[in-house]
Amino acid sequence: MFDDFFIRALAAGLGLAFVTGPLGCFVIWRRLSFFAGTLAHSALLGVTLAFSFDINISFSVLLVSSAIALILLRLQKTTKLPGDALLGLLAHSSLAIGLVVIGFLSYIRFDIMGLLFGDILAVNKKDLLVIWFGGAIILLILKIIWKPLFASTVNYELAEAEGMQPEKVNIIFTILMAAIIAISIKMVGILLITGMLIIPAAMARNLANNPQQMVVLSIIGGILAVLVGLFSSMQFNSASGPSIITAALLLFILSFLKINKLRQLKK
Amino acid sequence: MKENNNTLVKLENTGVQVDKKWLVKGVSFEVQRGKIVTLIGPNGSGKTTTAKLALGILKNIEGKVYKFTDKIGYVPQKISIDWTLPLRVSDFMLLTENLKNNEIDTALDLTGVKHLKNNDLRNLSGGEFQRVLIARAIAKKPDLLVLDEPVQGVDFKGEIALYELIKKISEKLGCGILLISHDLHVVMSATDYVVCLNGHVCCSGTPQAVANDSKYKELFGDRASTILSVYEHDHDHTHSTDGSIETKK
Repeated sequence: MFDDFFIRALAAGLGLAFVTGPLGCFVIWRRLSFFAGTLAHSALLGVTLAFSFDINISFSVLLVSSAIALILLRLQKTTKLPGDALLGLLAHSSLAIGLVVIGFLSYIRFDIMGLLFGDILAVNKKDLLVIWFGGAIILLILKIIWKPLFASTVNYELAEAEGMQPEKVNIIFTILMAAIIAISIKMVGILLITGMLIIPAAMARNLANNPQQMVVLSIIGGILAVLVGLFSSMQFNSASGPSIITAALLLFILSFLKINKLRQLKK
Repeated sequence: MKENNNTLVKLENTGVQVDKKWLVKGVSFEVQRGKIVTLIGPNGSGKTTTAKLALGILKNIEGKVYKFTDKIGYVPQKISIDWTLPLRVSDFMLLTENLKNNEIDTALDLTGVKHLKNNDLRNLSGGEFQRVLIARAIAKKPDLLVLDEPVQGVDFKGEIALYELIKKISEKLGCGILLISHDLHVVMSATDYVVCLNGHVCCSGTPQAVANDSKYKELFGDRASTILSVYEHDHDHTHSTDGSIETKK
């Protein structure tokens, strides 16, 4: 059944949507959009290191992105620079170093476009295993730390006071973010993974009135985006990764229109 | 104060400084099961800071804090919740504890806001939100309740009722309470131990002893002295507006 490239792409995309749904909600709640972008940029460095030392790409990206994230947490405490400046600093310097290293690896032919935008249609059976198994582990850990993570998202001091260990769960959550980027980079690429995290969750925020509902809607939004995006990319012969994100944007706009209509009805 | 196994939290000569300025310094006291300890003091005297010391929220502190329980209910003085979060009152009640539906109802009922259970948290008024905060803190049946001006913004009638409720809950659950309050009537009538702060511990003891302390009168003025009788004796220091202490010659 997974012999067909399109079926594999669907399976990969749907697996991704299940994980980016809940993680994306936390990205929105904790205002981490730019943080997610920084981790994704640093993934390029991870990819180049994987080629340099001949190790698994996902593993290498996980290591580099986690390292960048932990450096960031450390810098936030020790410097006086604002958070967004630190993010910009790390995002662009890791991207630049990644590109410089690529230049030195002239004996390998790099598909830069593939790295930036991914190629979900090129997903093989091994990639599928990584996505579904890795995704399941991420979701499991997220479920375990859900309560303390959510509590520290709502109010850090309250969580700390009532023994929820917010610092510890923050670090775990950061590594989960690096992990989702690591397993999805091949599908949607560095530039689009942030969109996959944020847009379905943003759509869900328009419609939900409680956190659980927002998570469910965010997953559904992601699934719809993958289905609509992939089928339309086949129909119109458009690039598949960008088509998924465009479909997510359309869903977001629809949810926005629906909200305005509901408001008008209430008046 | 002697330590025993009823002690829930104990501060030993604790202090914290930010940018080389001490917020509080040399604070020692303990909260025991079934006892209400109140922190009083003027604005900027370090009451909230002291509560955060006791809760272990502040890091890099001077002195020692011993926490003997993790079952804590906290009503902070200020709470900012990001409205990118869709949050109903019932979701907020479950923030740090898994409660049954009827436990949520009971707690909200006690503070008089059961009808708001399914409301969006951000649409509550200040007083309603304060009642929800108290309900959340007591619903988990904590060993230690830390209440930082818990009735701010609550109407006068509700204020009295909530203080009565807090007293009743401490008796029923046998929990210890660390209370910060500006209402000296309440402090003096319902408290077991009073710590009067002004960057350091000015005086502490039973309400009677504190009310009779000249430093208390100096901090709170003549109005406060009418609550319990106060007798005069020589002061050895005065407090300037920035909280520093000048020794009288």
